[in-house]
Amino acid sequence: MSTWLRLTSRIHHLQAVAIPSQTLWPRTRSFAQRTQHVSTGVPARSDFFKNLDLHFKAMQDKAAAALPGSDWMPFEVTPGLPPERVDILIVGGGVVGWSIAYWLKRTKPRDALRVLVVEKDPTYSQASTVLSAGGIRQQFSLAENIQLSLASADFLKNINDHLGVLNEDPVDLQFNHSGYLFLASEKGAHIMEANYATQRHAGAKVKLLSPTQLKGMFPWINTDGVALASYGLENEGWFDPWTLLSAFRRKAMSMGVEQSFGEVKGFNHRVHSIESKEFGRLQIRRITHANVQMPNSMEIQPVECTVVVNAAGASSGAVAGMVGIGSDPQAMEGAGTPIPVQPRKRYIYVVHSPHGPGLDTPFLIDYSGVYFRREGLGGNYITGLSPEEVEEPDTTNLDVDHDFFQEKIWPHLAHRVPAFESLKVTSAWAGFYDYNTFDQNGLLGIHPQVRNMYFATGFSGHGLQQSPAIGRAMAELILEGGYQTLDLSALDVKRVLHEEPLLEENIV
Amino acid sequence: MAASLLVTWRSCPRTSWSVARRYLSATPASPPSAVTRFLLRLRQQFYDVEQLMTWGATFRNRAVRRKNLFYGFAQQNYGDNIAAAYYILSLKGSFRFAGQTEWFQPDTRGKFSFDFMNFPTSMIEEVDLSGTPINRDGLDNLVSQLQLRRLSLRGCPEVDGWFLTRLHMFSDSLEELDISHCPRITVGALCALQHLRKLHRLNVSGLPSVQNPGLVRILMEEMLPHCIVTGAEYSQGLSLEDTTQTNTTHSSTYPGTQPKEEESGPTSAQRQGQMQ
Repeated sequence: MSTWLRLTSRIHHLQAVAIPSQTLWPRTRSFAQRTQHVSTGVPARSDFFKNLDLHFKAMQDKAAAALPGSDWMPFEVTPGLPPERVDILIVGGGVVGWSIAYWLKRTKPRDALRVLVVEKDPTYSQASTVLSAGGIRQQFSLAENIQLSLASADFLKNINDHLGVLNEDPVDLQFNHSGYLFLASEKGAHIMEANYATQRHAGAKVKLLSPTQLKGMFPWINTDGVALASYGLENEGWFDPWTLLSAFRRKAMSMGVEQSFGEVKGFNHRVHSIESKEFGRLQIRRITHANVQMPNSMEIQPVECTVVVNAAGASSGAVAGMVGIGSDPQAMEGAGTPIPVQPRKRYIYVVHSPHGPGLDTPFLIDYSGVYFRREGLGGNYITGLSPEEVEEPDTTNLDVDHDFFQEKIWPHLAHRVPAFESLKVTSAWAGFYDYNTFDQNGLLGIHPQVRNMYFATGFSGHGLQQSPAIGRAMAELILEGGYQTLDLSALDVKRVLHEEPLLEENIV
Repeated sequence: MAASLLVTWRSCPRTSWSVARRYLSATPASPPSAVTRFLLRLRQQFYDVEQLMTWGATFRNRAVRRKNLFYGFAQQNYGDNIAAAYYILSLKGSFRFAGQTEWFQPDTRGKFSFDFMNFPTSMIEEVDLSGTPINRDGLDNLVSQLQLRRLSLRGCPEVDGWFLTRLHMFSDSLEELDISHCPRITVGALCALQHLRKLHRLNVSGLPSVQNPGLVRILMEEMLPHCIVTGAEYSQGLSLEDTTQTNTTHSSTYPGTQPKEEESGPTSAQRQGQMQ
């Protein structure tokens, strides 16, 4: 009898340890029942009133789903499926896409506009935004680019007023206010002076430096071969692109923008044929549905949409091709040209140099095209170079070519900054430019052949720094029908069809 | 996540550093008090409390922007110097004209005398704007004061990197700058001070957003060789293991940077003496 008692007390002790303290086991349970009930905390009495607010929320959700206009389906739905009908569908979840989504929802009431952002890669592993060097500058040769960049800098100054969400931490972009330093040789000095006049006229704060002044400000530079330098004094620097993307995304989602992870595989469109005296028969298309394929699945959801915004970055050309742009050479004079946006691979190398320049290192861009900037406080720098047209690397993957650094970058780097003769490459990555092969400037606006596809792509390496202003411009174009704050009609996509390139001389 | 606290302007601007929290999240400095935590819980439960707090933040933003407007009327009718002086006094800061020893400052209630209007041609040499809500737009009022030698921005809540980049307009005259206890200044903001080549005294004590003040002090001294940087000890921000390592490595790296060595002779010798 005593062994039974000891056994029961031990088992009871074990059960008391395994079961949380608020359960009450009635003493009248039998021995057999006690041995089987080693569960992890199902309460004997559940409290209805503790979960009252959850019950109310569930009831409210059921009521909302029962009303028309909701997405309720009587059969099981794949999780993460995009809704069947939206007003505006944004292809591409990079910084430009989310910026447009934010600006679209900003001035309207919450349920006025249904916006969906479709992004094919939830890990953003190949997205140009997060692989960018993160710089912002006003030293362009085109007035529109300077204005876009200035407007974006103004946005970033007040970023918490724009993108601050109530219960979350404030946005900290880790902005380094160091300025861009462009160096020009004898050949390019006159272009730099002309650009300087344009930049000052547009409101950018830039200073021209002679080689002696340059040496005085930055003693670690070798001014051999430099005829003129242009240094940005305000509103220039670099920041963390992921933080900006997350801030836009968080704020847009708090305003009701929906997100879906999937790849746009095609568009259903209606075609109107029109006879025109000048151009003959024209095929004008209007997109009715976008077919979104779920990740790792063959399921395709057609999303009915009024407006499609093509902010797909490096794959914008492919997305435009899905609706037939560029595939019908007899359509319209020039309208047979495809959208000239292609991915171009660019490498960035992280180097460590113990005796390199200090905190005053600007984002230096040499006339050979080699650029570098400081990264952190530990003597690390980020460097890169845009290769020549004929040497463009293969874009099927994002593998890094380290010989490119050894042969093309290091000689120029070591020549310009003697301290970089001793350095070590600690890391490297590659990313895509959404390269506009036509004239390396952004493409905005509607294509004449597709009535409801807006373009916001082709920025060729300066999409991140112009993204807040681009978002505002596109929102104005879509909601108001025309540009309100900045007139960007020079960047319209129709210039591709008219073959009028708008060249930018300061392409990095 | 702190609710916003009202700034008490009655305290003397030179000694206090009460911080107005315009955004509804905590700066890294202090944990929230019981009142703010209670308000936060209310805000999470009730939409109306959330809306009231959003309005409160919006109104405070608007108030700061209104304080930093461009004093165009004063500038047009009384000249640049008087407009700048009036702006500084309206923000409850104080200043001193060049060539005079008397300071113009408001009293504890914010009232000031208009004696400064007797000196329309005097430029301002020393300004104390501690604890004021000056921001980068307010500098438009001080653009003309190109003889500014000393500027104190102690505890200003709106001074950030965008403000410091605009200080390049004073690069020929500014000699002393005090940016201690400004919550929004980060290391990226301090990079902007490289334009101030005449600076010979800089106070960077108590910056909550700067994680390793000792390292930042060393980098600032390298960047501005003629400037004495006060407010951070070299060992601040370093943990115990790091201190022993830095002692051995620092002695070997300095001979490499020749151009800077010539200019910063006394400071580097002082530094090496301290490290070894």
